[in-house]
Amino acid sequence: MTVTGRLTVESLTADPRQARKEQVIRYSLGVTALVSILISVLIIWSLFSEAWTFMVEVNWGSVWDIGWFPRRGIYDIKTLIVASFIVTGIAMIVATPLGLGAAIFLSEYARPGVRRTLKPILEILAGIPSVVLGFFALEWIAPNVVKTLFNGPAAGSLLASGIGVGVLIIPLVASISEDAMNAVPMSLREASSGLGARKMTTTVRVVIPAAISGLVASFILAVSRALGETMVVFLAGGASQTATYTDSALDGSLPMTAAMASLARGTDNVVGEGLTFQSLFFVGLVLFVMTFGLNIVANRFVQRVREQY
Amino acid sequence: MAVGRLVGPRTSKLMVQAMERRAWDIRGRVFQATLLLTLAISLFILGVLIVDVVVDAWGVLTGRPGGFLNGTMRSVSHDHKLGVHQALVGTFWIAVFVAVLAFPFGIGAAIWLEEYAPNNRFTRFIELNIRNLAGVPSVVYGLLGLFYFVNTLGNLTGGKSIASAGITLAILVLPIVIITAQEAIRAVPQGLKEGAYGVGATKWTMIRSQVLPYAAPGILTGTLLSMSRGIGEAAPILLVGAVTGRLGTDPAFLDFSAINAEAFMAMPVIIVEWVQNSGRDPGFAEAAAAAIVVLLVFVILMNAAAIFLRNHFEKKRG
Repeated sequence: MTVTGRLTVESLTADPRQARKEQVIRYSLGVTALVSILISVLIIWSLFSEAWTFMVEVNWGSVWDIGWFPRRGIYDIKTLIVASFIVTGIAMIVATPLGLGAAIFLSEYARPGVRRTLKPILEILAGIPSVVLGFFALEWIAPNVVKTLFNGPAAGSLLASGIGVGVLIIPLVASISEDAMNAVPMSLREASSGLGARKMTTTVRVVIPAAISGLVASFILAVSRALGETMVVFLAGGASQTATYTDSALDGSLPMTAAMASLARGTDNVVGEGLTFQSLFFVGLVLFVMTFGLNIVANRFVQRVREQY
Repeated sequence: MAVGRLVGPRTSKLMVQAMERRAWDIRGRVFQATLLLTLAISLFILGVLIVDVVVDAWGVLTGRPGGFLNGTMRSVSHDHKLGVHQALVGTFWIAVFVAVLAFPFGIGAAIWLEEYAPNNRFTRFIELNIRNLAGVPSVVYGLLGLFYFVNTLGNLTGGKSIASAGITLAILVLPIVIITAQEAIRAVPQGLKEGAYGVGATKWTMIRSQVLPYAAPGILTGTLLSMSRGIGEAAPILLVGAVTGRLGTDPAFLDFSAINAEAFMAMPVIIVEWVQNSGRDPGFAEAAAAAIVVLLVFVILMNAAAIFLRNHFEKKRG
C-alpha cells in the first residue's frame, strides 16, 4: 500500500491477506518436511509387520539349516549373511586401497589443474548404475580375472561379484575421503613443512590423522553400500533362486540382496507358497538393521569432522 | 651471506650445502608413485568397463540403431524386431514421476529446513532421519513399494504398474533432492536475505526473489543427480514387479493409460532380463550391452551436466 502524507501505524501493519498467505506457505513447506518422517515410518512398518508374521509362523529349525531354498520352506539366513559378508569383504579389499590412494593423490599431490579434471571424472563414474557393473562383473571380470588369476569359474561367483561391487564403490570411497582430507586446514600442512617434514611425512603423519574421522566414515559408508548393493550380486553372484551354504568365494551363492531380488523375480507373483513372501521382508529387515547401524556410526564420525574444523 | 655472520664459516658452508643438495627422497617418490598407480588403476578399470560395454554393443548399435530403439522385447536374440522401446517408455514415465513428486516435495522440505525450521530437537531429528533414509539400501525401498503401492493400494496404482514403480523411485531419490537443495540454500549469502527484509519483503517474498534464484543452479545440480540415480536403479523396480519375459503391449510415449496398466518395463530391468537370457542365448549379451550404452548415455550426460554446472557456479562465485 502506498503511504502518502503522515505515517501511521496502519500503514506499517501487514496486509492480512498477505499474512494469511505467509502462514499457508509456512505450513505447507512444513508438511513436505514431515513426508520424510512418514517414509521412515512406512518403511519400518512394512518390514516389521511382514517379518513378524514370518518370525511367528516359521519353524526356526529351518532358519539355521543347509541353505536357502525358500520354496521348499528352508530359510537358512546364515547362508545369505555369510555370502553378503564375503562379497563385502572382497569389495572392501578392492576399493579401500584404490579409493584411498586415489583420494590421497588427488588431495595432496595432484596439481590443481589435474585435480579439476580428474575429480569430476570420478564423480561422473560414481553415477554409473549398478546394473552396468553387474553386466561387467559377469561378462568381463569373471572370465578375465576370476578364471585367469584365481582359477575360478568363468560364470558368476562371489569373488566376481565382490570385485564388481568393489569397483562400484571405488569412486564413493575416493570422493568422501578426498573431501575429508580437503577439509584439513592448510595451516597444518604448512606448519609441518615449516618444521622440515617431507611431503610424505606431512601426508602420513599430519593430514591423514587429522582427517581420520572422515576416512573412517567413508569406509563405513562403503561397507554399508556394499552390503546393500543388489544388482551386481544378483547378476554375477552365480546363483539363482536357491543356494547351498558355502564359505568359499569361488562358489556361487546368494547374498541377502540377491536372495531378495531373485525371490521377487522367481515367479511373476511374489506371493508364493508358504512364507516365501514374508521371508522377503525378513531378509529385508536383517539388511535394514545392519545398514542402519553402520550409517548411524558413520554419521557420528562425519559430525566429529565438522565440529573440529 | 646472512648466515655466515651468525655461525662460523665452516658451519655456514655445510648449511648451504645441505640446503642446495638435491637429495632423492626415495621413499617419498615410491609413495607418490604408488598413489598415482592406485588412481591410474581405478580409472583404468572404469575405462575397461566402458570400452568392454561399447565393444559388445557395437554390432547392434551400428547395425540397426533405429530398429533397436523402436523394437520390443523378443524371445530370441536374432529377432530383428528386438529392441528397447517398451523400456524407454517405462523409464520416461518413471522420470516424470520423479520430477513431479520428488522435486517439489524435496525442494519444499529443504526450504522449510533451512529457512523456517526452529532450531530444536525435532528439526535435528528430521535432518538425521533424512540422512539415514539416504543410506537405506535401494532394495528396501523396493519392499516399501511392494508392500504399499502394489499390495495395499493396488486398486489405485494398478498393482505392478509404472505408477507403483514411479512413486517408489520418487521416494528413493527424495532424500538426495532434499540434501543437495539444502546445501544450495545454505550457501545463499546472509546479506542478500537481509537486503530483501530491509526493503520490506515478507519472508516468502524474500525466499522467492532472493534465495531461490541464487540457489537455483545448486538445486538443479541436485535434481539432475537424483534423476540420473532414479532412472538407473534396477533393484526397487525389480521388486515392485517389472514384467519378465515378453511384454504384450508396446504403448506410445504419451499414452496415459499405460501408467497404471499391470505390465511395464524399464531400461535397467531390460538389461537384467537380457543378461540373464544370455545364459541360454548368447546373442542377448550384445543386446544387453547395447541397452547399457543407451542407458549410460542418459545417465552420464545428466551427471556430467550436473557436475559441470556446479563447478562452473562455484568458480564464478568464488
